[in-house]
Amino acid sequence: MALIEVTNLIKSYDRLDVLKQISFTVERNEVVAIIGPSGSGKSTLLRSLVHLETIDNGTITVDGSSLVKNGVYAKPKEIKEITAKMGMVFQHFNLFPHLTVKQNLELAPKLVRKEASGDLEKRSSALLEKVDLADRADAFPAKLSGGQKQRVAIARALMMNPEILLFDEPTSALDPELTGEVLKVMKDLADEQMTMVVVTHEMAFAKEVADRVIFMDKGEIIESDSPAQIFKNPKNERTKAFLGLLE
Amino acid sequence: MSFDYINMVLKPMLDGTKVTLLLFLIVIIFSIPLGFLLTLAVRSRFKPLSLIVHAYIYVMRGTPLLLQLLFIVFGLPLLPVIGDYLVLDRFVAACLGFVLNYAAYFAEIFRGGLLAIDRGQYEAAQVLGFNKWQTMTRIILPQMFRVALPTVANESITLVKDTSLLYAVAVPELLHYAQTAVNRDFTIVPYFVAAVIYLVITLLLTMILKRIERKYQFE
Repeated sequence: MALIEVTNLIKSYDRLDVLKQISFTVERNEVVAIIGPSGSGKSTLLRSLVHLETIDNGTITVDGSSLVKNGVYAKPKEIKEITAKMGMVFQHFNLFPHLTVKQNLELAPKLVRKEASGDLEKRSSALLEKVDLADRADAFPAKLSGGQKQRVAIARALMMNPEILLFDEPTSALDPELTGEVLKVMKDLADEQMTMVVVTHEMAFAKEVADRVIFMDKGEIIESDSPAQIFKNPKNERTKAFLGLLE
Repeated sequence: MSFDYINMVLKPMLDGTKVTLLLFLIVIIFSIPLGFLLTLAVRSRFKPLSLIVHAYIYVMRGTPLLLQLLFIVFGLPLLPVIGDYLVLDRFVAACLGFVLNYAAYFAEIFRGGLLAIDRGQYEAAQVLGFNKWQTMTRIILPQMFRVALPTVANESITLVKDTSLLYAVAVPELLHYAQTAVNRDFTIVPYFVAAVIYLVITLLLTMILKRIERKYQFE
């Protein structure tokens, strides 16, 4: 069974349909890139998965449990359990500016999971090592570059041991020369078989790292295929137009 | 201007300074938490509460503090029937007036501080699994405090000087003793002494606040 299963998802603001009957699945260990023009609903779709957006109708199932079934949400406690399986990395990092890097990593597992501080410390230093920021553990976010902030944000999400990592345009707020270091961390995670859903404008990343690319436009999934197919041989006119515009 | 004279007027004025500082401390200690509660009430989803507190803040900020003090100290006892029960000690009544007034200002300052916090902070907290209480106490409030700090500092300097309004409700404090000495001795010196004492207090306060601000720099 797929790890994430979305069926007939509908979401509208006022009368505007932002997401129209979206259905897709994400398999365990799969890396899915969602691409498409601004305003196509890709971020809204991603945010719906962790209940940052409330959908109007449809079903979202994560690891066998329904977050929302035919438009009816699970109980708050269940919602919490289901969304806890997912970590999220935001475009603007959303690090806690009043906490050091290390505290940013350790606060959630400490408060939410009541983990012992000894374990926490081991895991946070291991993860900072992994994102190559071991030397910045005691720095405040204000002292970090954008690329460093985003790597801290990834480590912070990993501290909660998520089964799925969601990325909402993780490199869009970065200077071009800083995107590489973040994409490298993401590529490493993909190599370790982390299940990832990535909303991105980085076509190179989608091409090289993703197992599957979903192209969205105007609230619909237009095409979903392997990167090779999407980039070399798109079937739909809108996909062609979008990729043509980019080159 | 002899030192003997200054020494002579200084003694009662320093006693008055104690009253000034006591009022200052009481107002800070009570009006900051009360102001924060008012902020929460304004943001409450229960509309009547939000509306009442809005009106309260409007009245407190829209009328002179002096009028409010006169109202509480001299006005309330004049009310028919219940007036007799509202004769408070003048210092206590003045404290009450100050706290009620400053709480309204602090409420607005904190509201501004909350508005300055990015939505993304709430979203990150939600995705990481924090409950509402944890989000408020561990994520939002520390940042709100940081944003509000310079304005709170400014307001507390204003408070030091506003304590002199006690003069108008006949609570003997620093300015009262200065004025008494001027009336008695026909000299301008006590005014200078009072000014220096106020300056020393605000200087010390400024230094303390700067230190607190540096501590909460998060850099």
